[in-house]
Amino acid sequence: MNNGASHTVLTAPLRELGRAGLFLLTAFSRMRFGPRQLAEILRQVYFAGVRSLVIIVICGFFVGLVLTLQTYDTLTRFGAADAVSTVLALSLFRELGPVLAALLFAGRAGTSITAEIGLMRATEQLDALDLMAIDPMERIVQPRLLAGLIALPALVLIFNLTAIVGGIFFAVFLMGSDPISFWANMQSSVELMRDFGGGMFKSVCFGFVAAWLAVWFGWSARPTSEGVALATTQTVIATAIAVLVLDFILSAFML
Amino acid sequence: MTESSDIAISLKRVTVRLGGRTILEDLDLDIPAGQVTAVMGPSGAGKTTVLRLVTGQLKPDAGEVWIGDTRVDRLGGKALGTLRRNIGVLLQNGALFTDLTSFDNVALPLREHTRLSEPLIRRIVLMKLEMVGLRGAAQLYPSELSGGMKRRVATARAMALDPGIMFYDEPFAGLDPISLGVSLRLIRDINAALGTTSVVITHDVREVAKLADHACIIADRKLVANGTPDELAASFDPLVRQFMQGEPDGPVPFHYPARALDEELMLRGEGR
Repeated sequence: MNNGASHTVLTAPLRELGRAGLFLLTAFSRMRFGPRQLAEILRQVYFAGVRSLVIIVICGFFVGLVLTLQTYDTLTRFGAADAVSTVLALSLFRELGPVLAALLFAGRAGTSITAEIGLMRATEQLDALDLMAIDPMERIVQPRLLAGLIALPALVLIFNLTAIVGGIFFAVFLMGSDPISFWANMQSSVELMRDFGGGMFKSVCFGFVAAWLAVWFGWSARPTSEGVALATTQTVIATAIAVLVLDFILSAFML
Repeated sequence: MTESSDIAISLKRVTVRLGGRTILEDLDLDIPAGQVTAVMGPSGAGKTTVLRLVTGQLKPDAGEVWIGDTRVDRLGGKALGTLRRNIGVLLQNGALFTDLTSFDNVALPLREHTRLSEPLIRRIVLMKLEMVGLRGAAQLYPSELSGGMKRRVATARAMALDPGIMFYDEPFAGLDPISLGVSLRLIRDINAALGTTSVVITHDVREVAKLADHACIIADRKLVANGTPDELAASFDPLVRQFMQGEPDGPVPFHYPARALDEELMLRGEGR
């Protein structure tokens, strides 16, 4: 690889990050809250959040099932089957809940946001707003950014809840564990602020990043069908990487 | 000669360069007030660039853009927003918001820029939709409308705030003969009823003859002809004649610049 090409490979993502950062600053600098904005935010919370419920509930339940199955099998060998609920709760609250829900959110709501904004660009709807003296940042970008910030923490809560239901289903109903000790162990091992609160803080950060990247890739998409397709793919890839990197950084600071 | 007070839009020695390519160079263009003006020219000649200059979406690299006494290319922020409220634009494919009904599309600028009550907004929207013949389609979504109907709803939206200037970007492209006739009548009716200055960006020569009071041709980065449609039709300028009569070759070449064909096909030097 020649120097010019390697230079471009290194600087292109940084330039893209810089542009996305400026875009975010512009969006926040023009933030306005009125009844119309709040109504639009709620509408976007419905599209990004409520419409992601099915995938979150199904995946949450099966993650709880498989996590309990694996830990039950391993811990039983060491005579520590009682610790299943502890492992389940801590891994869910601290890591799996926020990370998996964020990845599912990127796949379901993030791609939808990117495609919607990209198509609005391709069909001149963003130009039309601009020409009507309606700020597209205020009307399109801000509600979707804030919706991600609100919707993902709520989805993480639901994901964790259904995963625990999955865990209880496997451990108590299928394997015959004592439901009282299962619940008591979980309660005694989870610290509200450190484990649960930490996970929720992560979910707010992930929601913000996922919404930001989804909106940015839609906004900057080339106005062609190929450009929109590429932008939706970039949203999933960039969000997955950003969430996992951010998760490591946040976990390192929280421990 | 038109008095300066009769000029609604004026471009003075405007130069625009995009991506290293000069789109317009030293373009002078005056658009008379209260008339229907057609801005014509071959594809890629910079017609839509004129629209973007006048609406302030694009700043010229040199020259001045005026609407009345306001210099558009120096405006920004709120002043530009105020100016745009007085300009209605029908974009090429209508650009309706797909998640809103026809009614809500037309109501959008009224809800955003006025403090009118909902019952009053409802009246205005229904009147605008009536004007374009689509009051009955008020509750339909854009996906339920034909291409021509979408443009009519978009026209109703563009004139929702009763603008002083209306821009129509390629309003006849891809329309069937009936929709085309409807569009022609609509542009004339709006111009007469609202007293607007109408600018139709098109390359449809036959329709311009029926519609426009005034026409101009942009080609080769500058204004090459200006006058009534009849004057342009009678022009002896080779470029104007080629455009008005739709000749495939002439000053605007049929072939995109390329190497000589025999050189391209590697026939030279093969002793054929």
